[in-house]
Amino acid sequence: MKYSLERLKEIAQRVRYNTLYMITRAVSGHPGGSLSATDILVTLYFHTMKYDINNPSLEDRDRFILSKGHACPALYAIFYELGIIRKEELDTLRKPGSRLQGHPDIKRLPCAEFSSGSLGQGLSFAVGVALAGKMDKKDYYTFVMIGDGESQEGQVWEAAMSARKFKLDNLIGITDRNGLQIDGSTEDVMPIEPLADKWRAFGWNVIEIDGHNFSQIIDALEMAKKFSGSPTMIIAHTVKGRGISFMENMVDFHGKAPTSKEWEKIKLELELGGELID
Amino acid sequence: MRDVYGEVLLELGKNRSDIVVLDADISKSTKTINFAKNFPERFFDVGIAEANLMGIAAGIASTGKTVFASTFTVFASGRAYDQVRQSIAYPERNVKIVATHSGLTAGEDGAMHQSFEDIALMRAIPNMRVISPCDGIETRSVIRKIASIPGPFYVRLARPPIPIILNSSYQFELGKGIILKEGTDGVIVACGIMTHIALEVSTLFSSEGIDLGVVNMSSIKPIDVELIKALAYKYKYIISCEDHNVIGGFGSAIAEVLPSINTKLIRIGIEDTFGDSGKFEELLRFYKLDPSSIVYKIKEVVVSDRV
Repeated sequence: MKYSLERLKEIAQRVRYNTLYMITRAVSGHPGGSLSATDILVTLYFHTMKYDINNPSLEDRDRFILSKGHACPALYAIFYELGIIRKEELDTLRKPGSRLQGHPDIKRLPCAEFSSGSLGQGLSFAVGVALAGKMDKKDYYTFVMIGDGESQEGQVWEAAMSARKFKLDNLIGITDRNGLQIDGSTEDVMPIEPLADKWRAFGWNVIEIDGHNFSQIIDALEMAKKFSGSPTMIIAHTVKGRGISFMENMVDFHGKAPTSKEWEKIKLELELGGELID
Repeated sequence: MRDVYGEVLLELGKNRSDIVVLDADISKSTKTINFAKNFPERFFDVGIAEANLMGIAAGIASTGKTVFASTFTVFASGRAYDQVRQSIAYPERNVKIVATHSGLTAGEDGAMHQSFEDIALMRAIPNMRVISPCDGIETRSVIRKIASIPGPFYVRLARPPIPIILNSSYQFELGKGIILKEGTDGVIVACGIMTHIALEVSTLFSSEGIDLGVVNMSSIKPIDVELIKALAYKYKYIISCEDHNVIGGFGSAIAEVLPSINTKLIRIGIEDTFGDSGKFEELLRFYKLDPSSIVYKIKEVVVSDRV
């Protein structure tokens, strides 16, 4: 799929809407980090990645691994756009028996690729997927998104080291650098800067972009695909809660659902107020 | 056991192109090095990073391969517990964790390297199967067998050479124990290195005119519920033997499925303590898991029952 910038923006708007719809209905979930990741996820699924929606186990498909699993409502909203999730399922987020678990479960939803939620594990898994691609001389790409707070997990750096050792230029990491984690700013809780230098020191190619600028996202992903010899980390500077005025940069909306009153404001802000979803 | 593991990996590697092996800097100890030398394109050493080892194993397995990941039992089960739980067991990845230097067999390395909790940790994870083979013959059969059963396994192997008990035609069956010796007065159910010790215990008793049966139950999860039931109906005493904490381990697994009838379960194992440095044989005596100490312990319980 190679949608135009205009289409990507429209889709991102609907994804934000449905993400917040699900979380509001569930009265539980993580809106902040879902909204900061949305534009990147939309670009991956509607512009960059090669896959067959009717054949999720296609061997040559590009893979996307959402290591920051709490942002899964955004992923579910994308799967809804793709027709994998039915409309009525949007009301089942975080409910017993639902395919839309609080964190992705690939046994119920194989297209999610990775059952994430325990932070720090997605990059190692992605290294394994990319390594298998090299072993079998496949030309698929493995994309993995990690949170900036998640980079405080030691396993991320074990994986970083190994991706370089195995020269995984088919592995493309994206850090959702929204600057906030549950207890506050990343630099207050546990500084991760200088982040780009850290990745470079681990032998990665690093690209820094505005993670809400679709042209920059598209270009960075293309540059990363072309880069040869080592993996690429795209540090995407984003805004937690992006798109909703009263959620932007508000740490409280990391893991707090909007109230029904706030939902009314959300509908107005996203200018999709009338009919739900679609 | 370790040598056999190395040999079987080589055999599997020759016959199947989907076999991939990972290690975390101890390939010479776990014996995955044989595979590494013969199939360098399918062997990956991730260095001293067990969490990453399990994550990469899961990722490779997700592409349809059968992955063997090896390190010491203490690290496989403890250091990388969360990765085993989340990245391997929950999504049921086809990863075989074959860990060596189990329990007391880590020997001189002492408490830091001796895993007395790994059976408990691994068997509490849904989807995980836990096997502790009793000798080289069983190890050979187990490794061959699990390579053909999809999904995660945890296999616990000893460090030193262990006497051969089974005959060469033996075939391991998942979820099945085997009766090595019938008895009349009681039965010892053992796994791993404790099986050959159980046979010695039985021999010591027989010289006193007491007849104890011996069962090898290497498949700890799934466990042979039917056999345990049958043993409970036949014997007044069931004695479980493990070089693992009696809390949560092999004896506990038996206790969980024991029918509520008048059979007594005597659990022999490590009494909720950490390890110590020493030769494996010394440690068996130190922790009272050598044949004479076990005989003494069993007698104590039986005598106190009669008072």
